[in-house]
Amino acid sequence: MSKVLVIAEHLDGKLNASTARAVSAAQAVKPEAIDVLVLADSVAALAADAAKIDGVSRVLTVERGENARALAAVLAPQIARAADGYSHVFVPSTTFGKDVAPRVAALLGVAQVSDVMSVEGAHTFKRPIYAGNAIVTVEAEPSHVVVATIRTASWPVAGSGNSAPVEALALDVALPAHTRFVELKQGASDRPDLQSAGKVVSGGRGVGSKENFDIIYTLADKIGAAVGASRAAVDAGYVPSDLQVGQTGKIIAPELYMAIGISGAIQHLTGIKDAGTIVAINKDGEAPIFEVADFGLVGDLFKIIPELEAALG
Amino acid sequence: MKILVGYKRVVDYNVRIQVKPDGTGVVTDGVKLSANPFDDIALEEALRLREKGIADEVVVVGIGPADLTAHLRNGLAMGANRAIHVVTADAMQPLTAARVFQKLVEKEQPGLVILGKQAIDDDANQTGQMLAALWDRPQATFASKVEIADGKATVTREVDAGLETIDVDLPAVITTDLRLNEPRFIKLPDIMKAKSKPIDTLELASLGVDSGDYLKTTHYAAPPKRSKGVMVKDAAELVAALKQKGLL
Repeated sequence: MSKVLVIAEHLDGKLNASTARAVSAAQAVKPEAIDVLVLADSVAALAADAAKIDGVSRVLTVERGENARALAAVLAPQIARAADGYSHVFVPSTTFGKDVAPRVAALLGVAQVSDVMSVEGAHTFKRPIYAGNAIVTVEAEPSHVVVATIRTASWPVAGSGNSAPVEALALDVALPAHTRFVELKQGASDRPDLQSAGKVVSGGRGVGSKENFDIIYTLADKIGAAVGASRAAVDAGYVPSDLQVGQTGKIIAPELYMAIGISGAIQHLTGIKDAGTIVAINKDGEAPIFEVADFGLVGDLFKIIPELEAALG
Repeated sequence: MKILVGYKRVVDYNVRIQVKPDGTGVVTDGVKLSANPFDDIALEEALRLREKGIADEVVVVGIGPADLTAHLRNGLAMGANRAIHVVTADAMQPLTAARVFQKLVEKEQPGLVILGKQAIDDDANQTGQMLAALWDRPQATFASKVEIADGKATVTREVDAGLETIDVDLPAVITTDLRLNEPRFIKLPDIMKAKSKPIDTLELASLGVDSGDYLKTTHYAAPPKRSKGVMVKDAAELVAALKQKGLL
């Protein structure tokens, strides 16, 4: 029988929803147990949150000062040690998981399955290659622990009605001092988080300038959406890179995605494939974004957005 | 300081990928092949460090069949001092590639290894991190800015929450993100010059690397298509449609 260890992702004392998505993927393995591992400098609140996730058998904690920041070189040896006795180690496929999971896999001498979209069996998974333009079925070696990153957009957030037991884990692992955290510059914002928001309004090159992007922010605030952008808008300097949606930015799956002034390059479409409803507003009726949009509206965004806001009341 | 740069050849990013009808792979016959874009960025960063006097030698590494030479010549034309060609007819999974790099690192003793954060064919995003683990050295992934001084690299990383900066002792592995730099174009005279630059050829078997190719790919499929929706005539109709679906 399978036992899955899910590595919790957190920042500033808050558990990232990607953790509960990885738990959903773990449930798909139909294991006898799913344990969540919390590595932090202060674990109590994080462990309490993780214990609520439906399907979790136990929350294991490692509280060390060195775990204050998610440095892969520091976390990986601890995860590799904690993985003993598990058949699977699942990590969200966010920049956190993409950084740390391969380091764990290499320490264990096993392959990693990146970006798991679906679980077909305990050792059989589907994952995207070529920017999602092909989906492969891969079989992992059954005699090895499966280290996998979980494509968050493919999995729902597991419910939160659980109260799993919390246990401190003593790991006798020497940690390296060769990697040090300096700072994290976050795009300060009261808006919903782009990665997990239910609604997202994105602007592209058609928005035209950094100043003009205010129209996107205003609409997003009006409907309680997160703000995103195409790579073209980021490269043009309209918005910071952490707002980028697409293959090389964030891959998201909101219920509502509004693409405004975005033509729909393949690399952008890869990032929104799993969105519930896609709305496209673009002055070019031939733009590829209309091929994937559930609702398309051709016209000048600077005229349409005020009309939208008026119609919203 | 010597810098090793991974230089993978992949299907060009402009090629529309077609899955073979029988599900055994994607069509690669006759399609254009190019350097992995993230590897071009890695090479560019290494060249800039050499131009600043921080590095004195840039070595591009390719793993692949005999005809990979032409691709490595491009890396030399871009400015690398020399190339190492690890010859194998087989495609290689990240753990094996990392083990190959580990052997080359033992031999070459670089101060820095720069790799693309991922190759745009398998999108694995693993090799750099795996090499750092095997080598027991720091990793600075998804780099958008690199500064080297006093035996340390200060690297700004593009993470989901924003921009994270870390300090790592050298030697280390850095993987590149898109905004680290804009790679230079290759000029014709440099192509001529590259012809006289050395390419060391090693058979994969001679490195004594254990295969880490533990994943079997059993099927390829095209992604499910989103069906084209409807066009609305104005903002009011759009809002009404979204309200009806309970989205507003």
